Amino acid sequence: MIAETGHYALILALGVAIVQMVLPVIGTRYRDPQLTAIAVPAAQLEFILIAIAFFALMTAYVTSDFSVLNVWQNSAAAKPMLYKISGVWGNHEGSMILWVLILTLFGAAVATFGTNLPRQLQANVLAVQGSIAVAFLLFIVITSNPFIRLNPAPFDGQGMNPVLQDPALAFHPPFLYAGYVGFSMAFSFAVAALIDGRIDAAWARWVRPWTLAAWMCLTLGISMGSWWAYYELGWGGFWFWDPVENASFMPWLAGTALLHSSLVMEKRDALKVWTILLAIITFSLSLMGTFLVRSGVLTSVHAFAVDPARGVFILAIMGVFIGGAFALFAWRAPLLSQGGLFAPISREGSLVLNNLLLTVACAAVLVGTLYPLALEALTGDKISVGAPFFNLTFGPLIVALLIVVPFGPLLAWKRGDLLAAAQRLMAAAIVALLVMVVVLAFMQKGPWLAPLGIGLGVWLLLGAVTDIANRVKLFEAASGEAWRRARNLPRAAYGGALAHAGLGLVVIGIVATTAWRAERIEALAPGQTLDIAGYQLLFEGVEPRQGPNYRARVGMFKVTRGGSPVTELMPSKREFIVEKNATTESAIHVSWRGDLYVVLGDQLKNGAYSVRVYFNPLVRLIWLGGLVMFFGGGVSLSDRRLRVGAPKRARAKAEAAAAGK
Amino acid sequence: MTRKQRRGVLIGTSLVVLGVAVGLVLYAMSDSIVFFYSPSDLTAMQAAPGKRFRLGGLVETGSVERDVGTTVRFVVTDGAKTLPVTYTGVLPDLFREGQGVVAEGTLEPDGVFHADNVLAKHDEKYMPPEVAAKLKKQGVWRGEASGPSPNATN
Repeated sequence: MIAETGHYALILALGVAIVQMVLPVIGTRYRDPQLTAIAVPAAQLEFILIAIAFFALMTAYVTSDFSVLNVWQNSAAAKPMLYKISGVWGNHEGSMILWVLILTLFGAAVATFGTNLPRQLQANVLAVQGSIAVAFLLFIVITSNPFIRLNPAPFDGQGMNPVLQDPALAFHPPFLYAGYVGFSMAFSFAVAALIDGRIDAAWARWVRPWTLAAWMCLTLGISMGSWWAYYELGWGGFWFWDPVENASFMPWLAGTALLHSSLVMEKRDALKVWTILLAIITFSLSLMGTFLVRSGVLTSVHAFAVDPARGVFILAIMGVFIGGAFALFAWRAPLLSQGGLFAPISREGSLVLNNLLLTVACAAVLVGTLYPLALEALTGDKISVGAPFFNLTFGPLIVALLIVVPFGPLLAWKRGDLLAAAQRLMAAAIVALLVMVVVLAFMQKGPWLAPLGIGLGVWLLLGAVTDIANRVKLFEAASGEAWRRARNLPRAAYGGALAHAGLGLVVIGIVATTAWRAERIEALAPGQTLDIAGYQLLFEGVEPRQGPNYRARVGMFKVTRGGSPVTELMPSKREFIVEKNATTESAIHVSWRGDLYVVLGDQLKNGAYSVRVYFNPLVRLIWLGGLVMFFGGGVSLSDRRLRVGAPKRARAKAEAAAAGK
Repeated sequence: MTRKQRRGVLIGTSLVVLGVAVGLVLYAMSDSIVFFYSPSDLTAMQAAPGKRFRLGGLVETGSVERDVGTTVRFVVTDGAKTLPVTYTGVLPDLFREGQGVVAEGTLEPDGVFHADNVLAKHDEKYMPPEVAAKLKKQGVWRGEASGPSPNATN
């Protein structure tokens, strides 16, 4: 009964979405305020219906109702509760429901909190959101219905891929989807502006919080995915340039560019056409990410069971939305007026450079991701494009960007003084150079580029500090004055600086762990020891253990450093009973120097075990940096100017403009 | 600076960045791309020793041998031809005899494929598409061999 309720709510939501897509557009076209106003309750009702469907599916999972095909395929009675819940989105059908749930949540938020938007813009935005919902609800109902029943109901389910039974992964998809789908807001606003043929700085002020929220979620989602891959896949790596990782990384790059270009639009009314284009590109990349993951064209952990019908359907959705948006753009964009002028050396100029480098780097990732698919379709040759390609292409472009990041915030709007900015950054540059020299002097091994990378990270960190110090006139004014300025500084300024500092941490983490990681693979018999990075590991043997839904063999390692005990590490191999599948659980000892990472391998002929041990210096900084970036976004989002939406003056102007139209 | 000059600076910078990016991509394409072959492909063509590529197929049943150290030897088959592989390290959890595998490394003059990276399929239902496609072509594809699935009803 509950499953049927969910199914019914899903189909009802499709109907409501069609209403939400069609009526407001007719309303704005023929200036019928009643039809236009339908957008708001339609968006709210749609969210409620999808939420009902989602919780119906969740109920089926929690109560282990194996008469539902989806639950039988992806769950088991003995599975821990957390993974019963996360199992809802740990499969194709359920994750699509989550996707639409987040989409309609954003739509309902615009309907409920967007009361200060011009009516026409709000209605058009909700109509575009409705059209996306229609497409994906059709997709779910036709090809991926999670509420299909089984008769007779089996006694127990098939279980969930054990690799996915993990706390970080339980929350990785919701954040990732919130990011992907959040960019649909920027897309809807862009398309609505194109339909209107009118766009102003207030538009950017409305779009920016949504883009920022989506960007924060995507940042956190990607960080979580990377962290999960690090400790769960047992290779000790944090990023593999896997096509599916790229699929989430490309919208992040484009979204980061969008965040910066909308800043220019909000403050200076410039880069309008570009911002619109970027909003369309960002969401297109999000859609492409969904397509790549769902269609089965990729080899990946994320590839759900292959079903060509689904791939074709999503390809069609992509074609309609991306093609439609670009056609609309080509048709209407020339109508948009050009905005404020600026000199090449200025805040705007630096943000243009930021956008240029980000989009080109994104394009390089796109080429590397799609080229193998294109080549296979054209010639039948199968190739894989891996880390060397991306290091060679993405690397130099992003390094160029990182070098110029600290300059941006120090340049004035409209016309900046590069020399003055350089002088302000002198201290940061000197410290960064010193760090480079010190690292180079103490470096025993590793590539010569590594000290440069560390210096670059320090440069970013200190650049962010310089930015704030400069804004509060730390050494120029009296300390009381600096304190007063610091308190009055808009939160967005702190948020931006924090995000840039987080980027610096990520860079340091990546460089350190890539350049100076130590790796040992050895056959160890109980009683033998292994030395790595100053640690000594004594292998004490293997014990059997019983988990809730798995059997484990646990390796016992006593870790000492210079004779004094440090910790005990217990890496294990888990054999999942229902799923008939095995996973490797690495054991990690975290210290401020880095992670000691132990993986237990197979038993060898003579009773020894193959053991893989890594030392990953400073690897935690990668995720810490991601968190700092997320936090920076949050601080920026809490800025009064964004929280209350458009200020009175802009709103009055927009309403006057809307009325005068 | 006139409007025209400003636009010139913008377009010039864009072209320089794009040019550099295109150059990098083309250079990387020629240098750092790895091809995928089955054992049959390799007998049909002459792979240059030392050239990196990916080898895909099934792990031949009964072929996995472990040394005292962490070196593992196994044979990859696509039904028609086979190729011996040697790998030092910890095999992935899902590495099993009779199952799909992708190994990355080089073919050495001794006729043995020296893998430095071994990927196994990710779950019971999943087979790397490359392997599935090659196996289909060789005619040894047995479809998605899953357990008896109950009838689905709407």
